[in-house]
Amino acid sequence: MQPEEQSKGQRPPQSAKPNNAKLVGKLVVVVFGMFGFGFALVPLYDVFCDITGINGKTNDTAATYTNVEIDQSREVVVEFITRTNKQIPWEFEPVIKRMVVHPGEMYQADFVLRNSESRDVIAQAVPSVSPGQAALYLNKTECFCFEQQPLVAGQRVVMPMRFYVDPDLPKDIEVFTLNYTLYDVTGTTTGSTQMGQK
Amino acid sequence: MSSISDDVHSDNQHSDDHHHAPAGIKRWLFTTNHKDIGTLYLWFAFIMFLIGGAMAMVIRAELFQPGLQIVDPNFFNQMTTVHGLIMVFGAVMPAFTGLANWMVPMMIGAPDMALPRMNNWSFWILPFAFLILLSSLFLEGGGPNFGWTFYAPLSTTYSNDSTGLFVFSVHIMGISSIMGAINVIVTIFNMRAPGMTLMKMPLFVWTWLITAFLLIAVMPVLAGAVTMVLTDKFFGTSFFDAAGGGDPVMFQHIFWFFGHPEVYIMILPAFGIISQIVPTFSRKPLFGYASMVYATASIALLSFIVWAHHMFTTGMPLFGELFFMIATMLISVPTGVKVFNWVATMWRGSLSFEMPMMFALAFIVLFTIGGFSGLMLAITPVDFQYHDTYFVVAHFHYVLVTGAIFSIMAAVYYWLPKWTGKMYDISLAKWHFWCSLISVNVLFFPMHFVGLAGMPRRIPDYALQFADFNKWISIGGFAFGLSQLIFLALLIKACRKQGEAVDARVWDGAKGLEWEVPSPAPYHTFETPPEVK
Ligand code: HEM
Ligand SMILES: [Cu+2]
Repeated sequence: MQPEEQSKGQRPPQSAKPNNAKLVGKLVVVVFGMFGFGFALVPLYDVFCDITGINGKTNDTAATYTNVEIDQSREVVVEFITRTNKQIPWEFEPVIKRMVVHPGEMYQADFVLRNSESRDVIAQAVPSVSPGQAALYLNKTECFCFEQQPLVAGQRVVMPMRFYVDPDLPKDIEVFTLNYTLYDVTGTTTGSTQMGQK
Repeated sequence: MSSISDDVHSDNQHSDDHHHAPAGIKRWLFTTNHKDIGTLYLWFAFIMFLIGGAMAMVIRAELFQPGLQIVDPNFFNQMTTVHGLIMVFGAVMPAFTGLANWMVPMMIGAPDMALPRMNNWSFWILPFAFLILLSSLFLEGGGPNFGWTFYAPLSTTYSNDSTGLFVFSVHIMGISSIMGAINVIVTIFNMRAPGMTLMKMPLFVWTWLITAFLLIAVMPVLAGAVTMVLTDKFFGTSFFDAAGGGDPVMFQHIFWFFGHPEVYIMILPAFGIISQIVPTFSRKPLFGYASMVYATASIALLSFIVWAHHMFTTGMPLFGELFFMIATMLISVPTGVKVFNWVATMWRGSLSFEMPMMFALAFIVLFTIGGFSGLMLAITPVDFQYHDTYFVVAHFHYVLVTGAIFSIMAAVYYWLPKWTGKMYDISLAKWHFWCSLISVNVLFFPMHFVGLAGMPRRIPDYALQFADFNKWISIGGFAFGLSQLIFLALLIKACRKQGEAVDARVWDGAKGLEWEVPSPAPYHTFETPPEVK
């Protein structure tokens, strides 16, 4: 990397100038590239988690159920828990908290949501599975979490979620938990578009 | 490095007087001289060190006893946050940049930094960044209180409007260090004296070159992270908001992708400094010069693939935990090479124990303790217990205070006579060293114990059983803080040019181009490049 011009006692500042601009240019490209890379980490992260399922994120568009073989010999426990983000005074509960299922078979779990406020709201439920790998094998053909839920003041709804567990679920997973966190997205529109895109 | 020749063109001495520097404040505002800018950086870093230190005193005063007594919890959180930000971005990083400005051109035989005007800018935007950050503390609702790591959603959903100022100031700090890094790289690539091949460069130059590459690789990612926090908070995006399809854990990935290389940004130049000082006072060339260069480069490369060791408890799958555990442990191999080489340099050397050497020795021992606690933290299963406790606080203060900061002090004691032409007050220096050494261990060592016993970090109050240790920690903290005032006194005396005049070489074992120019180093050095054989 030693610049050739500097031999024979020439003064480096003058001879080095054109070099400097080129090198600075390259380094600035690196800087902008890394700034872009910081943002590129966002989609990369999502893609990586989708493929590996390591983040406990379930499918966010409906899966299809076409004659999956039912494994009657195996029983898997699916637990449902719900929570509301911050101090939202809504009631949000699973109707059944715990189900014993056979991999491959279709099931339905219902969730009750009541807007106990005196204003109209829009809710968004975000699912998460623990242990994370199980998320890859939980297939939801219908879920209230695929859309936002508009609720007028005082409205109570029963929201269905239909799912089956993939028979390929690793043997060491005998129990997994599906959690729904409910967010108040009234007045924030960006949320819906990002959710819908996937 | 014994290969550097002694012959330096004699016209160094009488070249001080072209470019008349304007006097007074204008000299400092408009200066493009690498030595002036180095001095500015160093003083700025020292002032930030004292301000950040004052915040640490508030923290330790509150933690002196269990219960809430002096400050309210929100203010306590602002203190831990701003203390961390100031020490990282205001003290350690600018101090290293200041040392690079002063020493890199002199060590490679260049007349100045390659881009002197940009150099001026990269310094002068820094005070504004910190003015903005500090002034946010006085706003209604207070300044940032979410920790120096500004995890979402603490910094998005739960923060107050001063977050805008925080983001702005971090952007400025980032731009400043990126400009500084570009300057270092261009200087080292284009301005070396004839004969100064890459593998003849002093290690301080090498470590800074690699640090500069780390800086331009990760500071932009930090800028991206704060930008996302800004838009999530104020402009309705949902990068880190699950309700909108984002993910708060992703914040941690992006932050630590910056964060772990950042910790090496704060230690690689320290390795360089120690590699300059140990050979001088062992009167032997550095053992394993080439292996030092390769070790530094491999540490820098590995630092990009270990970030998730800060996130073991976020619920990673097993293979992720194993990968990041092993990769982290791998870093200690090149780090071990370095420690080994320093010890091997001293082996059978004719050692003497001047102040820089004392700090360098303290560095080697205490930094290694920090490395060991790092290894303990890298063991995933036990990190579940240690994470977010005072054990982590102990770990990073050993590597940063007795590591990075001790190396900066060693560097100042090493090169200060070259800068001022006078030997500093050695008895003050001894007081500074011994007071710092003892108090820093009283301060940080017991943190290991309270951490193992389960005391969480970033809390203003704690359970009774931690009371005794915390009292000692606080006493150590106050003592360490006061010890730095000795350093301040010493520096003021040195800048007033009190003390005995020194010769060009200053230390009889010193090798390298910076010791060929007279002391004090003239305003312009190496206008004609020296011949390096
Ligand atoms: C042998 C080398 C090292 C290893 C194996 C190591 C390992 C670790 C691990 C596993 C953690 C995370 C602990 C937790 O949060 O549970 C950690 C935290 C930390 N380390 Fe190190 N480390 C090493 C060297 C360093 C160095 C050289 C520095 C800086 C000069 C450093 C600075 C930090 C900081 C600042 C944190 C805490 C960040 C925070 O949460 O605020 N470490 N280290
Ligand atoms: Cu790390």
